[in-house]
Amino acid sequence: MPTEGIAARLPGRRGPGPGASSAAGTGFWSDARVERLLGAVACLVLLLIVGMIGFVFAKAWPSFADNGLAWFASGGDVDLQLEDIFASPANPAEYVYHLRAWPLLWGTFVVTAGAVTIGIVFSLFAAIFIVEFAPSQVNRVLEPVVRLLAAVPSVVYGLIGILVIVPWVGEHLISLERKESVANLVQLDGASISVGILILTVMIVPIMIAIVVDALRAVPRSWTEGAAALGANRWRITWTIAVRTARPAIVAAAVLATARALGEAIMLSMVAGSASFAPNPIDGITFLFEPTRPLASALVENVEGLSVVPFGETLFAFAAVLLVSSMFLSLAGFVAKQSMRKYGVRP
Amino acid sequence: MSAATSPLDSVRSWPLRDRLGYFAAWAAGMALIAIAAAILIYMGYRGAQYFNLGLLIESPSSSLNQAKSGGFRDPLIGTATLLVLSTLIAAPLGVTIAVWLTEYGRPAGLARAVESAIEVVAGTPSIVLAMFGLILFQEWFGFLTFDAEGAVLGRSFIAAASMMSLIALPLVVGATREALNSIPGHVREASYALGKTKAATIRRVLLPAARPGIGTGAALGMGRVAGDTAIVVVLLGATLQILNGGDGGVFGFFKGTGGTLTSYVYYNSPAGEGLAPEKAYFAAFVLLGVVILLNFVVARLARRREPAWIR
Repeated sequence: MPTEGIAARLPGRRGPGPGASSAAGTGFWSDARVERLLGAVACLVLLLIVGMIGFVFAKAWPSFADNGLAWFASGGDVDLQLEDIFASPANPAEYVYHLRAWPLLWGTFVVTAGAVTIGIVFSLFAAIFIVEFAPSQVNRVLEPVVRLLAAVPSVVYGLIGILVIVPWVGEHLISLERKESVANLVQLDGASISVGILILTVMIVPIMIAIVVDALRAVPRSWTEGAAALGANRWRITWTIAVRTARPAIVAAAVLATARALGEAIMLSMVAGSASFAPNPIDGITFLFEPTRPLASALVENVEGLSVVPFGETLFAFAAVLLVSSMFLSLAGFVAKQSMRKYGVRP
Repeated sequence: MSAATSPLDSVRSWPLRDRLGYFAAWAAGMALIAIAAAILIYMGYRGAQYFNLGLLIESPSSSLNQAKSGGFRDPLIGTATLLVLSTLIAAPLGVTIAVWLTEYGRPAGLARAVESAIEVVAGTPSIVLAMFGLILFQEWFGFLTFDAEGAVLGRSFIAAASMMSLIALPLVVGATREALNSIPGHVREASYALGKTKAATIRRVLLPAARPGIGTGAALGMGRVAGDTAIVVVLLGATLQILNGGDGGVFGFFKGTGGTLTSYVYYNSPAGEGLAPEKAYFAAFVLLGVVILLNFVVARLARRREPAWIR
């Protein structure tokens, strides 16, 4: 488990015994040399990751520098701006960088927030079911089910989405009046944020369930038994004792799932409509059927243009935004998981 | 956790709020099973409907005519190549890091940093890894990539596999660390007491004991590698056919570009304007089969018992 304690690694705990230290230093594979070798490999990977962060930012810098903070603002049609960047002159002095990425950012936010919100509620109940209420025969089915849902490739989810769910939504859920009401802005054909959110939820739920189940299982038995002795029923025990103890793990689950959802590119580019359009919540229910294009999907769909320098740098700016967000989320999830330890509970 | 239940505590006697929660929990669990069953049944149905073994051994070709556009032998080979190459990179690297973190881990600050770095890779979207790989292989390791008349595009099996290995790496590290941590301290002490060095203990005692864990991690990583599309699109070119990148030979093959099942599905779906849903369905069916097989391997490995002496 990645959260295994620092204490375990303190020198001395697993240091070589007295016999070992006298034997160390014989032959090529002496202890000191092996330690240095292994450490060097670990450092190499560390260096690679630090390098990744550095290089992606270095590549992305021209785009951010040219637009300033307005990069994150709204204004104009992102698709047209990207076309202009793609068509910019070959002379480096005349590169076009003008970009207002808000529709992409907003699309990412709406889809991610929607999926994580639905997913966290759903997976909390599913985890409670698995840990507390499911008969053992059902659990024997549920365990591979969760593993399967986690393992299905995103392109398969996307395929089912684009060939089954999107046409169905377009035909049955969106009325003609609704399509006409926004016809001058976007075309509603079923590929929409609601389908994106739905499938994304299915994709991130397994991670959340795994984390929450581990945490619920780690709640000390004596605590729940204490509540049972006081006459609380099983639901109350679970809800007030176990779920409350597992709160940090629920936060960790939400945060790590957010990181996963942010990076989902292929499935969303298939089902979310891939139009750089910022869905407007004021539109009421129509909002749910409006298409969008998250940042990661915009990256995948535009990779052909990478060799055009300013366009490539703009794409690297997208990547940099994704990298920073996911980095903070992973570290936050890591910290959140640690905090359960203060109860003496090890998820 | 599982609180002790008394026969008096039947759901009927609970207040309405608690009963609602109870039913919500059941509903969530059943919904999960229903979703998985729906995916499996639907993909199985489509796979059976378009079942055609010939597709597996035919090379794809670009043609608007469905009957002439061939099968997906090349993407299949591409997926297999990527699986092998990336596991060959990720497994030794991951095991090394895991051993260093659990058995040495000094100085503590450095170990913390490596640990966080692995955590960061685990959360990094694969498309971002792909973009980083592009810088790496365009600017420094261009000689390992396919070159189209002198222009270095940074695309090859080597490039894609090395970035794919970063996806698998955290899984290998995590599973190996877990396995190493579950080996009790007295096993190490017994080895030291026999006069073995720490290095020899790791090689002869700890790694053999951790083998199921390492296998689990590697198989989990392979599952993720097989399912990834973004890196294939960016770093492998996602071409229909495998293009040899040199003057023949194995190295030329690894330097070449190609596609995988995932990119084949993507480009044959309506999203990729391939408009060959039948082939996309069958390729997705095969892909799903590969992933489920890997999952089965994981389950088997995870269930395998450690050698008797470490308990």
